[in-house]
Amino acid sequence: MSSMNNLSESGKSGMNLKETELTLGLPGEPRVGKACMKRVFSETVDLELGNSGKKDSSGSGSSMKKESATSRGKLVGWPPVRAHRKNIMTVKSGKYVKVGVDGAPYLRKVDLELYNSYEQFLSALEGLFTCFKIRTVLDEKKLMDPVNGVEYVPTYEDKDGDWMLVGDVPWKMFAESCKRVRLMTRSEAIGLAPRPETKCSSSSS
Amino acid sequence: MAYSFPEEVLEYVFSFINSDKDRNAVSLVCKSWYEIERWCRRRIFIGNCYAVTPGIMVRRFPEIRSVEIKGKPHFADFNLVPEGWGGYVYPWVVAMSRAYPWLEEIRLKRMVVSDECLELISKSFKNFKVLVMSSCEGFSTDGLASIVANCRNLKELDLRESEVEDLSGHWLSHFPDTCTSLVSLNIACLASEVSFSALERLVSRCPNLKSLQLNRAVPLEKLPNLLRGAPQLVELGTGAYSAELRPELLSNLFDAFTVCKELKGLSGFWDVVPAYLPAIYPVCNGLTSLNLSYATIQSPDISKLISQCQNLERLWVLDYIEDSGLDILATCCKNLEELRVFPSDPYGVEQNVALTEQGLVSVSEGCPKLQSVLYFCRRMSNAALVTIARNRPNLIRFRLCIIEARATDYLTLEPLDAGFGAIVENCRELRRLSLSGLLTDRVFEYIGKHAKKLEMLSIAFAGDGDLGLHHVLSGCESLRKLEIRDSPFGDKALLANAAKLETMRSLWMSSCSVSYGACKLLGQRLPRLNVEVIDERGTPESRPESCPIEKLYIYRTVAGPRFDTPGFIWTMDEEGNTPLGIA
Repeated sequence: MSSMNNLSESGKSGMNLKETELTLGLPGEPRVGKACMKRVFSETVDLELGNSGKKDSSGSGSSMKKESATSRGKLVGWPPVRAHRKNIMTVKSGKYVKVGVDGAPYLRKVDLELYNSYEQFLSALEGLFTCFKIRTVLDEKKLMDPVNGVEYVPTYEDKDGDWMLVGDVPWKMFAESCKRVRLMTRSEAIGLAPRPETKCSSSSS
Repeated sequence: MAYSFPEEVLEYVFSFINSDKDRNAVSLVCKSWYEIERWCRRRIFIGNCYAVTPGIMVRRFPEIRSVEIKGKPHFADFNLVPEGWGGYVYPWVVAMSRAYPWLEEIRLKRMVVSDECLELISKSFKNFKVLVMSSCEGFSTDGLASIVANCRNLKELDLRESEVEDLSGHWLSHFPDTCTSLVSLNIACLASEVSFSALERLVSRCPNLKSLQLNRAVPLEKLPNLLRGAPQLVELGTGAYSAELRPELLSNLFDAFTVCKELKGLSGFWDVVPAYLPAIYPVCNGLTSLNLSYATIQSPDISKLISQCQNLERLWVLDYIEDSGLDILATCCKNLEELRVFPSDPYGVEQNVALTEQGLVSVSEGCPKLQSVLYFCRRMSNAALVTIARNRPNLIRFRLCIIEARATDYLTLEPLDAGFGAIVENCRELRRLSLSGLLTDRVFEYIGKHAKKLEMLSIAFAGDGDLGLHHVLSGCESLRKLEIRDSPFGDKALLANAAKLETMRSLWMSSCSVSYGACKLLGQRLPRLNVEVIDERGTPESRPESCPIEKLYIYRTVAGPRFDTPGFIWTMDEEGNTPLGIA
């Protein structure tokens, strides 16, 4: 019953999606705590299956998000600095990353911390480079050159040095791990499958 | 001898009485004074939105024009109060929309405000003038658009550190062209760009605009024009204070500031480029309030600025100011009343700036009017605290945060009991105190003994056991708000001082040692209190009664238990039954 009350926290829809999430446990067992939640794919990657070094724990999905007194030795709410003051201070240095576009003579720098979503970010890029506009094609926003129809695929280099397709992970995760951005023309971006039309919520492949 | 003044005369006399305390006293004199007073009260302050219901308020006071309501406990500022706790203003607005068609002012702090709510406000009160939302959340810029579009006589819109869902800056353009009534506009907490031309036109057509606080998205280049449109400004919050170095911009800015002869307060200064600081020199001498707490400039630049602000009464600054800058402050600003020093790197382990206890000691020596202090630092000593206490017996607010929890006196390695003891012993007018560092029950003995005017006390990682809490609850006669975290206080002190809780606004305890059983007992014994157990581990009924609960919030109320508690809050029942909150 108390899980019903938890709905009031999100407030918006009447669907108790949490109830339908897969968990490991016997039928009828209470779904208490993280322990019985099925592991998200990216968490299993952290099991060092041949990978060297520890992956950043911030990559293991939102179930780790909940602050506890012991995670990373940080105390919740201590020192007593207000959230807006924290945010302002972290944004002061900014997270500036270089953005390059194929064909543009010079790179630009953008502060990822100014944006809260991919949409905002891509709009900002649209403003910085005159060579493309954001067009909606088949429900998907694409970066296209209005003159010759060339499509630009946004890619980025992450903390591990790998080149990734922009948009797969939640915005915040992207902003934290992104080191630089490159907008490749579609012909160069071979090997990158177009994103599937529907976004499934995470589950292991 | 029976006499009575005509009602009109009494009403006239009462109209000079504005403080809540006095008004409340007046209403207790006799039944007729109660009646007269309640009809002519125009302004009401509700320190805890759950202490009374909207219905009770509108029934007793039919002619209110101005309402101030506070919601969440103070520790919500530091993420200690879980999401969904409450503090919804909607029921208040609904009740007021029916009862107070002439309502003019709403001031809210730590409340949840929805866009629907804002729309209701904008449509219900024809003469609505003032909306101040301090540390509120739950609304978006769409809600702001309703307010500015529909409130034709809007004087103040102040979003003070609220968390706003920032959909776009478009809302500002909803101010009608006919709006000329604005006196105060504070949008500093918003991230999105607003239309600069709309802003410029708004500012220049409001001749009474006294306070303008821009957001970071307003670039420095736009500031000179804005200032020229409002040379009568008394308070200004700049936007981003950076640009590439261009001499014309600097001189343009300088000239613009020269025209602002009334300017008394400055804030903003995000992303400061020090080269542009000289632009504010024309106004420095007149400044009484300077907020540099977002300005990441170093001590020499800060010092240069401060040395020109001889009339400063209030300074908020980052610890970049260092001891050397505080020395200069102590030398130059003899009118200083309030100092707040914030940490530039609160989570760093190492000391990153040369700011120590010495800076605060200097200011306490040099500034005779200093009465209000908020100071973050990384080391403290009893000796320094004793010196500060002796220098400044006129302190009213003293909030010290030594960043490392349970830090000892760095010289003697002892607890800081003696130092804080000196503070409460010397500063007889102290109303607010926040403790930090290693503290035993002894400090609470001192506090209980001396801090007779203390109204608000914040405790973290302190004390040895129940005796400490007992000292505070039994000794602090004026105590209204007590908030405690991570301290070993438990059942005995609470139960022994249960009656005290009815004389206070509220008590917050989190990560302490209060058992569920004690909470049930308190709920039973004190029907005029709401004893709310907050526990995100699920119902406390599923654990032994002796098990400590996560968080506890107790407050006095005439409203009975609240009906909007989320699933993780249980209100202790008067009859000691299974507590309310479980379906």
